[in-house]
Amino acid sequence: MSVLSLDRVSCRFYDGRRAVAALDDVSLAVRAGELVALMGPSGSGKSTLVHAAAGLVRPASGSVCLLGTAAPPGRAATRWWADRRRAQIGFVHQRLNLVPGLSARDNVALPLELDGWTTPDARRAAADALTRSGAQDLADLHGSHLSIGQQQRVAVARAIVGGRPLVLADEPTAALDTAAAEEIVELLANLAHEGQAVVLVTHDGRLASWADRVVLLRDGRIVDEVGAGLATVAADDPGVATPDRQLS
Amino acid sequence: MAVREGLLVLLGEGPRHGYDLRNEFEARTGALWRLNSGQVYTTLERLERDGLAESSPDGDDASGRRRNYRLTAAGAEELRRWLGAHARDGELPRDDLVMKILLAASGDPRLAGEVISAHRHQLLERLQEVRREQRRVAGGMAARLVADVQIVRLEADLRWLDLCEQRLRDANRGGTDRPGRRES
Repeated sequence: MSVLSLDRVSCRFYDGRRAVAALDDVSLAVRAGELVALMGPSGSGKSTLVHAAAGLVRPASGSVCLLGTAAPPGRAATRWWADRRRAQIGFVHQRLNLVPGLSARDNVALPLELDGWTTPDARRAAADALTRSGAQDLADLHGSHLSIGQQQRVAVARAIVGGRPLVLADEPTAALDTAAAEEIVELLANLAHEGQAVVLVTHDGRLASWADRVVLLRDGRIVDEVGAGLATVAADDPGVATPDRQLS
Repeated sequence: MAVREGLLVLLGEGPRHGYDLRNEFEARTGALWRLNSGQVYTTLERLERDGLAESSPDGDDASGRRRNYRLTAAGAEELRRWLGAHARDGELPRDDLVMKILLAASGDPRLAGEVISAHRHQLLERLQEVRREQRRVAGGMAARLVADVQIVRLEADLRWLDLCEQRLRDANRGGTDRPGRRES
């Protein structure tokens, strides 16, 4: 079963008077044990896709399912998504969003405590996640005292803490040097091989190469997919925009 | 670089037998470059002839045929010069990928887009292969570094394809970025 599945999802933003399609009829399934990388130029819909996968952007049409359950329509969705984000989804935001007044350890423990874990259990899991993301020495520092690169490691720890089934990482290594970025994405690949489902947004082919599948987006559509054991996208597949449509 | 320079580097670390030199060379280059013993001994003879290395019979070898090679002062000087000399890469790339894209980019834009997409797909596949191989062997430092250099070079090609695509799109969108305009 897929941990995450998007079925014909379209998302629109309003740019003054006209609607701009940020995602246009996108279908994607991510299984447990799989790392999927999303690549594409700025504005191609990568971030919108992971935001839709976390219920932070609601599709204009199509549906998003987590662990086989579809997000409910209408106002019920708000509560449903909040519960999912707490219990089932770890998210590394581009803007990191650490709580400045809390220590790195408390930042990482926070989602688990909100989910009802006892403080000692949450802190133990936080220490473990900080170690895995290479941030064990930062545990006692406050968010406001961390460099951007350090915040990035802590944000990764917060996303992976507690082993939630889906980890969504929106350019989680943008502030890190080459070797540190490799280390973080290797960690994401290891999490996937331990059974989590991981989606990584990146501009770097080098980092995307850790993924089992690389999905290429252009103008809100999936235009190609590269991955082991999967048939490459046929140019005449009616469900997929062919490259020649992109240059018109 | 040639075998000659590789052997200078190894002899620079201390005296060695020809057999050791061959094994060490392969280990240190991540088996990127395999040598046969003929190449090693021919090169050692040339180094001796040019005064860059010298040899003596190995006292521990009963047959008296095994020789120990070491660098001379002139050899050490040549080694320092070579390590610091400008690497001969970095000339204008005229490889297959570059030529295909250049030729396609100046023609039908639809075809150019297809060619770029096809090569991007292939480069990503190759990147995944190298990465899988790197994870599978998990070998020594040399193997890691060999995988790294392949990965960053493939990535450089990918970035170049992204740039090509963006420039072609801009040019076809209204012509404001056509190079000719700036010259007028």
